[in-house]
Amino acid sequence: MISLKDIKKIYKTKNGDLTAVNGVDLNIRQGEIFGIIGYSGAGKSTMIRLLNGLEKPSTGTVTINGHEISSSKGAELRAMRQKISMIFQHFNLLWSRTVAENIEFPLEIAGVPKEERKKRVDELIDLVGLFGRGNAYPSQLSGGQKQRVGIARALANNPEVLLCDEATSALDPETTDAILDLLLDINKRLNLTIVLITHEMHVIQKICDRVAVMEAGKVVEMGDVLQVFQSPQQKITKRFVSQVSGEDQTKEAIRELNKSYRSGKLIKITFVGEQTNEPVISQMMKKFPIDANIVHGSIQHTQSGPYGTLIVHLEGGVQDVQAAIQFLTDSNLQAEVVSND
Amino acid sequence: MIETLFPNVNWDKMWEATYETLYMTTISTLATFIIGLAIGIVLFLTSPHQMWANKLVYFLTGSLVNIFRSIPFIVLIILLIPFTKLMLGTIRGVNAALPALIIGAAPFYARLVLIALREVDKGVIEAARSMGAKTSTIIMKVLVPESMPALISGITVTAIALVGYTAMAGIIGAGGLGNAAFIDGFQRSRSDVTLMATIIILVIVFIIQFIGDFITNRVDKR
Repeated sequence: MISLKDIKKIYKTKNGDLTAVNGVDLNIRQGEIFGIIGYSGAGKSTMIRLLNGLEKPSTGTVTINGHEISSSKGAELRAMRQKISMIFQHFNLLWSRTVAENIEFPLEIAGVPKEERKKRVDELIDLVGLFGRGNAYPSQLSGGQKQRVGIARALANNPEVLLCDEATSALDPETTDAILDLLLDINKRLNLTIVLITHEMHVIQKICDRVAVMEAGKVVEMGDVLQVFQSPQQKITKRFVSQVSGEDQTKEAIRELNKSYRSGKLIKITFVGEQTNEPVISQMMKKFPIDANIVHGSIQHTQSGPYGTLIVHLEGGVQDVQAAIQFLTDSNLQAEVVSND
Repeated sequence: MIETLFPNVNWDKMWEATYETLYMTTISTLATFIIGLAIGIVLFLTSPHQMWANKLVYFLTGSLVNIFRSIPFIVLIILLIPFTKLMLGTIRGVNAALPALIIGAAPFYARLVLIALREVDKGVIEAARSMGAKTSTIIMKVLVPESMPALISGITVTAIALVGYTAMAGIIGAGGLGNAAFIDGFQRSRSDVTLMATIIILVIVFIIQFIGDFITNRVDKR
């Protein structure tokens, strides 16, 4: 549905050329929630603005639903933008307009008659859960409510694509989850394609189907969220994954444990999907004459299923420990010895 | 009581002069608002990184504004005498003062408009563009409403400056309270007339400031 072909974006600055996006190819499917994650400066802000023509690529093409937006201009581009909505980190509402008038704005731009506009605004206010706040001004709303107005405004013209520019980064964790639930609900209900950029793995984990990891203008890793969580390939991806798996906090503990255990092995087991329901550890302990001490464990839920990690210390004969690890691998789990690094 | 404090004031003439000052101030403020707003918007849109970014237009408009803003008003009136005569056929009376008042005040207000528009949140402009808004829609529905408090307080300052300008224009024959204070008061050594004209000017300035502040507060929903 959305395809980016060999995209490069180079900014001319006083200090020479700055390459924001460096040779990106992407295909985003109809109806999916696609996440782009990266640290600031990775080029993700530029990427998302290429999708609605706010930025033009230096080379390459951006095609949405068969229309090439990267070469569109004037009235044609404006008509396309009405079907590609955007929400923002800082909401970008007009303070001079009420909630209802803000939501009405894109309808005015699209030339919808007044009667119809009012009707549509009422529907949207209900849809995003702002009933009764239509006459409030943005300054009277909380951050979460402002983003709900932003979402209602973005949905006004029945878009085909919704772009989210760090849409939850200015919100507290609880409000973030509420907004993510709303986005998920809209995605399911309206079969709307959503592209979001973020620096929080939590956002990817909670609502995305697929993810692309960006670093220095390039997509360094891409795939289904579950697969990326299960076996991140790049160093940067591993760092993002450890943001949510809680391994960050346990790293120190593992180091200490590795020192204190004289014998045995510390291993990290990764479960995916159905495996999280199986009693693999207890089976292993019945089968082999070893002791297992659970050091750390967590289960995360992603859109395509649960995913868990477990760090276990195995004590016993070298042969038996080796065999136990083999057993785990044979059960289609990922088991790796945690080294002393 | 008032007759003893101000023995030489001819009240009919004083009200006439007040009316003339109000007339000149009102018309020139309205025209300044429209012309200054238009120039300010052109300056904003043609400035670097904006929708119509254009170095040449920006430079020429900016220079023109600076030139007219730098000429002292009393000199500007004199310089504009041929222009006024050509346009209106006379250089006397309240209407003859209008070209100079507007040409003197509009560039000043254009600068204030530019400052006001620069304060508009860039994200909101980007949001409007992402919705497919035309530049004219962005001007009318984003830039102007979102900068309204600053535009109103700017025109308030300009209107008060214009009251001062009308007094100067009065001296060279446009009528109004400046004329009353100078010709009837100062030149005939009737200081009570000068004092009365000054008091009325003060009252007008206070009323303009009050109305300006009131509207600014009303339109500011931030």
